[in-house]
Amino acid sequence: MPISRRTALKVVLGGAAAAVATPVTASTPIAAPADAVGLLYDTTKCIGCKACVSACREANGLEPDTTWSEGRYHAPLDLSARAKTVVKLYDDGARSSFVKAQCMHCLDPACANACMLGAFKKREYGIVSYDVTYCIGCRYCEVACPYGVPKFEWAKAAPRMVKCELCNHRLAQGRQPACTEVCPRQAVIFGRREDLLREARSRLAAYPNIYVQKIYGETDGGGTQCLYISHVPFDKIGLPALGEESTASLQRTIQHSIYKGFAAPVALYGLLGAVMLRNRRGGGEPS
Amino acid sequence: MMPDARPVGGPILTRPFRVLLALFSIAAVLIVFRLATGLGRITAMNDGYPWGLWIAFDVVTGTALACGGYAVALLVYVLNKGRYHPLVRPAVLTSALGYTLAGVGVALDIGRWWNIWRVPLFVWRWNLNSVLLEVALCIMAYTFVLWIELSPAFLERAERTSVAWLKRVAARTRPMIEKALLWVIALGILLPTMHQSSLGALMLIAGPRLHPLWNTGWLPLLFLLSCTAMGYAVVVFEATLSSWLFRREPERRMLADLSQAIVPLGTAYVALRLLDIAGRGQLPALFAFDLYSVMTLVELALVVAAVGLLLGDARRQRLGNLFRAAMLFMLAGSVYRFDTYLVAFRPGAHWSYFPSVGEILVTVGLVAGELMAFVLIVKLFPILTLEKRHAAYHH
Repeated sequence: MPISRRTALKVVLGGAAAAVATPVTASTPIAAPADAVGLLYDTTKCIGCKACVSACREANGLEPDTTWSEGRYHAPLDLSARAKTVVKLYDDGARSSFVKAQCMHCLDPACANACMLGAFKKREYGIVSYDVTYCIGCRYCEVACPYGVPKFEWAKAAPRMVKCELCNHRLAQGRQPACTEVCPRQAVIFGRREDLLREARSRLAAYPNIYVQKIYGETDGGGTQCLYISHVPFDKIGLPALGEESTASLQRTIQHSIYKGFAAPVALYGLLGAVMLRNRRGGGEPS
Repeated sequence: MMPDARPVGGPILTRPFRVLLALFSIAAVLIVFRLATGLGRITAMNDGYPWGLWIAFDVVTGTALACGGYAVALLVYVLNKGRYHPLVRPAVLTSALGYTLAGVGVALDIGRWWNIWRVPLFVWRWNLNSVLLEVALCIMAYTFVLWIELSPAFLERAERTSVAWLKRVAARTRPMIEKALLWVIALGILLPTMHQSSLGALMLIAGPRLHPLWNTGWLPLLFLLSCTAMGYAVVVFEATLSSWLFRREPERRMLADLSQAIVPLGTAYVALRLLDIAGRGQLPALFAFDLYSVMTLVELALVVAAVGLLLGDARRQRLGNLFRAAMLFMLAGSVYRFDTYLVAFRPGAHWSYFPSVGEILVTVGLVAGELMAFVLIVKLFPILTLEKRHAAYHH
């Protein structure tokens, strides 16, 4: 027998181990695009009027979610296929805060990493936007997003994914997003990410006793284009502690280590073929 | 010389077959309803749990249970154990049917199913960061590979028909396929190695929403180890069951030897799992005795029990023992996959998911369809190499 069981075992296990156990090296953080725009939301300014929620619905042509208002008006409890933004209330008795939720427009978006044909992708201004042509409705983006942002049209036979695209249709007309345009207190403002970061820093410095001394989204989850400053801890208002690496980076690093240049699969294929060819010529063990 | 595979023969429309047909028909009606109305009416999936039973069972668990073809091919063609050859065809058939079922499951689960052809064909749009893309392409390719691996069985049968043109075509095609078969089988080993490990990597993107007891960079290797052992378990399970169902003598010695493979694979899985949990400082979570800790302990206990039943040649000689061990390991791997995809996934306290009756009936119906196809094919085509019971007494 030309090749022993032991050798063959080594070949297979070695190949598999090399493929799977490649050491994981930290990936370099992804920088914001030069033209990155975003939102800055300030919990101390928001009065919970929800004008942004209504304006968003109108600007994006969404059906009203009237489940909780007995059919009267758009009153979503959470982000959904009918609500690209929502305002929620945190109240622990001693402290309370409103918080606006919408897509964070990550610098390294998990949804765009997950999406097979790039239906979700960072496009102009770094906006994570959606192109239904390349969507098959697999919902891996929903599994991936650490903020639970993309939503699926469960009730439709031809469903799409729905999430905030920072009113890119309005930006194209030289207007700002609907939510920032209507906000009566400028609790949420629109601008270039750099300018928003500068503004946030100056507010934190001006009122050190009021604000938690951190800009959520500056580095969280690899950084986001929608930024938050708050008078209550961020985890209380639904912003998870994510660390500075994007949640997609571990998977991407492992995947790219295994499949770098597609060399490992090609090598393994050649090896398998060669081993099998030798086995066949050698006749193998008697059966 | 090993005995040839033969069609089992016998009547098709037996009573159990009619029961399967009824279950399959119910699913067929529900499938039409789902395609017409979307996913919301018939499933319990929601924006917190976007993936439910159809992904966790039909696709993730189903393809792992369909790893028999992979596991046996590894043994026969790579480790050069020719004597297991009689197990190849039934294992490849089970795999081909399992992967086909997974394909149907995916097609039902995706919202915009009419666009599915774009995934393999829109090459210029491929997102190489997407683990799901790799899994999808691999599974599509592998399903095709499995049917090619199996095609000689159909061609052999075609050569014996009375239809002249079919005979001619089959006689001409079979040598061509058999010549290329080695490279097809090599692909049939490469592709599952890739996508079964990637099925583990898939959930890594959920990051902190995946419970730390499951969230590890070793997920790909753990999935690969367990699916290979599940493959051997399924072969033992399926061979034992076939011998009972079709009243043939089981390949006792062969199955006993084959089942040994589960021991090192299962041990490696448990060792890696424990070392990883300890290494990441998650031992307190393992013994917290909450839902997550209990499920992990159940997963590990099932593997340990299966391995325990297979230690020692005397234990492996008892067919009942083999059958129990095989079922335990199939269950262990299935629970591990359900946990990774559903239990360990924590979208937030206000979300919950339990499969709807519709989802369950569709899954049951699809499995019934798979069993029907298996019975039909082994009765009509040369798949099984089982000796008649009376012949076995002469050994």
